[in-house]
Parts: sequence; structure tokens; C-alpha cells
Amino acid sequence: MEKIFQKLSFLSASLVFALLIGIFITLFNSSKLAIDEFGFDFVTNPAWNKEVSASIQNSNIIDDDDTIADEDDEDDDAIIDEDDEDDMMMADDDDKDTKTIYGGLVPIVGTLLSTLIALVFAIPVAMGIAVFLAEIAPQKISNIVGIAIELLAAIPSIIFGMWGLYYFAPIVADIVGGYQVSLLTAGLVLGVMILPFMAAITRDSMQTTPSVLKESAYALGATKFEVIKDIIFPYSKVGIIGSVILALGRALGETMAVAFLIGSVFVLPNAINSPTISIPVAMANNFGEASGLGESALFYLAFILFIISFSIISIAKFYFLKRER
Amino acid sequence: MRLTINKIFLTLSVLSALIGLGFLAWILVTLFIKGLSSFHLSLFINDLIDGGLRNLIVGQFVLAGLASVIGIPTGMIAGIYIQEYGTTKYADIIRDLSDIMMSAPSIVIGAFVYALVVVPTGGTSGLAGAIALAVMMIPVVINTTDSMLSLVPKELREAGIALGASKYKVIIDIVVKAAKVGIMTGILLAFARIIGETAPLLFTSETSNYFSLDLTQSFPSLTVSIYDLANEPEESSRDLAWAASFVLTVMVLLINLSGRFITRNKK
Repeated sequence: MEKIFQKLSFLSASLVFALLIGIFITLFNSSKLAIDEFGFDFVTNPAWNKEVSASIQNSNIIDDDDTIADEDDEDDDAIIDEDDEDDMMMADDDDKDTKTIYGGLVPIVGTLLSTLIALVFAIPVAMGIAVFLAEIAPQKISNIVGIAIELLAAIPSIIFGMWGLYYFAPIVADIVGGYQVSLLTAGLVLGVMILPFMAAITRDSMQTTPSVLKESAYALGATKFEVIKDIIFPYSKVGIIGSVILALGRALGETMAVAFLIGSVFVLPNAINSPTISIPVAMANNFGEASGLGESALFYLAFILFIISFSIISIAKFYFLKRER
Repeated sequence: MRLTINKIFLTLSVLSALIGLGFLAWILVTLFIKGLSSFHLSLFINDLIDGGLRNLIVGQFVLAGLASVIGIPTGMIAGIYIQEYGTTKYADIIRDLSDIMMSAPSIVIGAFVYALVVVPTGGTSGLAGAIALAVMMIPVVINTTDSMLSLVPKELREAGIALGASKYKVIIDIVVKAAKVGIMTGILLAFARIIGETAPLLFTSETSNYFSLDLTQSFPSLTVSIYDLANEPEESSRDLAWAASFVLTVMVLLINLSGRFITRNKK
């Protein structure tokens, strides 16, 4: 019995290992078709689902997202223009029969930029909330607000997306101009989404500062700002960086909050308020209709996303979030 | 000068806290106003095809429930291994990998299960959806079990072994029992997390307009349907999406709160 239980527990634990390797192998296998076809150029190629041949076809995807229907007209023109240029370039060095080209540059850039915008917005605000909760607010308020923040971190991301599309994006578009669905609005909503998560862990690591340290600084006549800057931040620096990286990992892989807002067009954004697409959204919106090479290209994207997030989280784990035991 | 800087900094901090909380309050208020205005008790009686949510709510619970049936025992036993048997480097590696997997993008897990289950079986199914959710849940349960068991004092284990109990008896009857409340809270939080997931279900279970308990077919899912409905042009579909979001959020928050409530009461 003892033996059986031990074996069973060993097997369950090994399942994690097996799953991770399984994810890696499965994604690699499924994207093999695209990897063989496009190699590493996939990462730098901005074309997606484009027929390359003598006759130029506008096969660039405009996702039939009804919410952007009113802007589609203008979008179309812009896309066709870019297509023409690209196609001419392609035609030169790739003069075989008609074939479809997939490149991952647009979703990769879209993912990175929307995450960057989210972090630029969320880091200062989350730090403010954390400082407020850990140092400024009276205990009672801090407790209540703290619980509220933790509950907000549990709200499903699809709700952030809906709110963003119908209530937040129109206001942003009024102020900044440009489209309602854009890199900017997607990034900001993503930022709002990771805010509670980031604030909660940052506060936790700030609270690990021993009060003896803080009290000695106050006794020396330091102001609150100086205590926070010179005592709390240095002490909890590692934990805070770790929390930012975890939030970054979350933002990179987020699908639903971004899907409503980024516009789902395979076009490189030429301004912060123009629509584009991210890797998870490309998968969410195109997986259903894709087959063959297209599906394989989506798997290639998933593979890239998995590698990126795996590396980022590993770095966070091994450098910043070492558990002390 | 120092005092001025201090004041400016504190004001900025309070201000940013207010901005952040303002945003979050804005979302909640919007959700409650929009959700409640389209909320109606008949939503719980009709299926989506008749403009209700019954099949979706039941479907989402079945998916998350089935995922729990797979994920909770596996995760708990794996957590026990890491904490109780794992004196080797292997256990540490598993612990780190499980933490990394906890942050893996949910849509990638959806794609994984698509390739692993949906493609070989020839179509989307409730089972595939439940497996995707289970894959998301296992690392969370491992993490909870691991950290809760680590809080159990060593003396309890030693006392059990001194009485002549075998190791697995000690683990099951003493250690796990002592950590029961914490583990339960963690499991409830994990459940609340997977029941609100959309991305892993998009191409594994999809959704269905009809009531169904057949796990071999496309399975009704509340979250996937919210995504579909919110993208429809008709006002009525969007209202239904808001009502569904409201129901979903209330469910998630209630599960979450009850998890916290258990810990508080038992402490």
C-alpha cells in the first residue's frame, strides 16, 4: 500500500513534466509544416495569408469583427496599398506558382507593443496602489481595499474586454483620435486587467519589510517618502521585479481582454492608435477557419508565444522569486 | 524641501491609487448596471436558443466540474509528492515547472489540447474542453497543496511515525487533515479561476445553443457564448452578453468569497 501510494504520487508529479514536454512537442509537431516552409524568416515576415503569384490578390484578412465594421472601409484602402507594395517585392524574389505566404511579424509586434503599453500604464499605478495599501492607508481601509483588489484580480478577463470595447475605447478615441479598436486601447485595457494582480503581489512583498527597519529610519527623522524610497523599495526590490515579470507574462498570453479591442487586422500599426493583432487574438479568431498551412502557421505562433512566456517566467523564477525554504 | 517632496510623493501615490480603484469601480458599476438591467429570472429557465442562459450555466459548471474531477486528485497527489516524498532534486524541478506552467498562456493550452484531443477525435467536444481546463487547474492545485502542507509542523509527522504508522497513513490521516482548510480554500480559488476561462475553451469545447450533457459533442459554454454574443451586431445579443457576464462574475466572486470565508472561520 505504501509502495502503491508512493508510486502514484510520483506518477502524478511526473505528469507535470510530461505535460510541459507534451505541450512543447505537440506545438512543435503541429507547426512543423510552417517551420519547414518559412523557417526563421517567419518571424520577420509581415505578410499573412497572402497569395503570391503574378496576379495580385487582396487576400489579406479583415476579420469580420462587426464592431469595427464602420472603420473597415478606410482600413481596406490602407491595406490594399500596403499589399501592392509588398506583393511587388515578393514577386521579385519568389516567382514560383501561386502559394500562400504566412509571416508572424505583425502578431509578434502587436503582442509585444500591447504588453509594453500595458506595463507603462500599470507599473506606476500599481506601485501607487501598493504604497497606498502598505504604508499610507489606515489598517481598516487597507484591509478592505486589499480584499477588493484581490477579488478584482479574479474577475474573468472577458469582462475587461467587453467593458473596454463598449465604454472605455470610445472615450480614449475621443481624446486621442483614431480608431476605437487600436493598439492603444488594447494595451490600456490590458493594463487595467493586470493592475489588481500586480498591486496585490507588490503590496505583499512590500509588507515583508521588517518594521524594525522602518521604525529606525523614522526615528532618524526620515520622511515617509524617504522610508519608502530608501528602506522599503530596496528591501522588497527583488519581489517587486518578480511581480512585474509575472504580470508581464500574464499580459503576453492574455486573449480575451485584447481580442475585443485590438482590431484583428494583420497590419503593422503605423501609429499607436491604429488597429493591429496579437498572437493570442490571431489564434482565437482564425483557428476555427484555418486548415493545413494556415493552421500550422497559427501553431507556429503559439509555439513562439509559449517559448517567449516560458523564458520570461523562468527568468522571473530563477532570479527574482526564489522561495526561501 | 524634503517635506515638500514627501507631500508630492504621497499625493501622487494616493492619486494613482484612486485612479486605479476608479477604473476598477467603473468596470464593476458598468457590469452591474448593464447586467442587472438585462437580468431576468427566465434566463435560468430558457436555453440560449430561446434567449436564456440555462444550458450555458449548466455547461460551464459541468466543464469546470469535470476538470476538477481530473485536476484536483492529480494535483493534490502531485503536491503531496513534492512536499512529502520529494527530498530529491527532482521534486524541486517539478515544483518550478509547475509554477511556470501556472503562468502558461491559456490559449496555448487550448491549442495543445486541440492538437492532442480534438484533431484525433475528429471534432470539438465537452471532454476536450474539460481536459484543457484540467491542464490549467493541475499546477494551481499542486502549488496550493505544496505550500499548505509545508505549513504543517514537522512534529505532527514525527509523532505519527513514532506511533508506528506507515508514511502514507501519516500523510493522509495527519498531514493532509491538518492542512485541509487551506487546501480547500486553494481548490475553491482554482475552481473560480477556471470557471471564468474562455481562451482554452474556444477551440476545444466551443459552445452550443442547446442543452446538452453529451461530452462527445460541442458543449455549451457560458464564457465562449459571451464572446460570440458580444460580437453580434444586435443590441439584444449584447444585452444578453452583459447579463451572462453579470451571472458569471457573481458566480466567480461568490466561489472566491466562500473560499476566503472558510479560512477565516476555521482560523
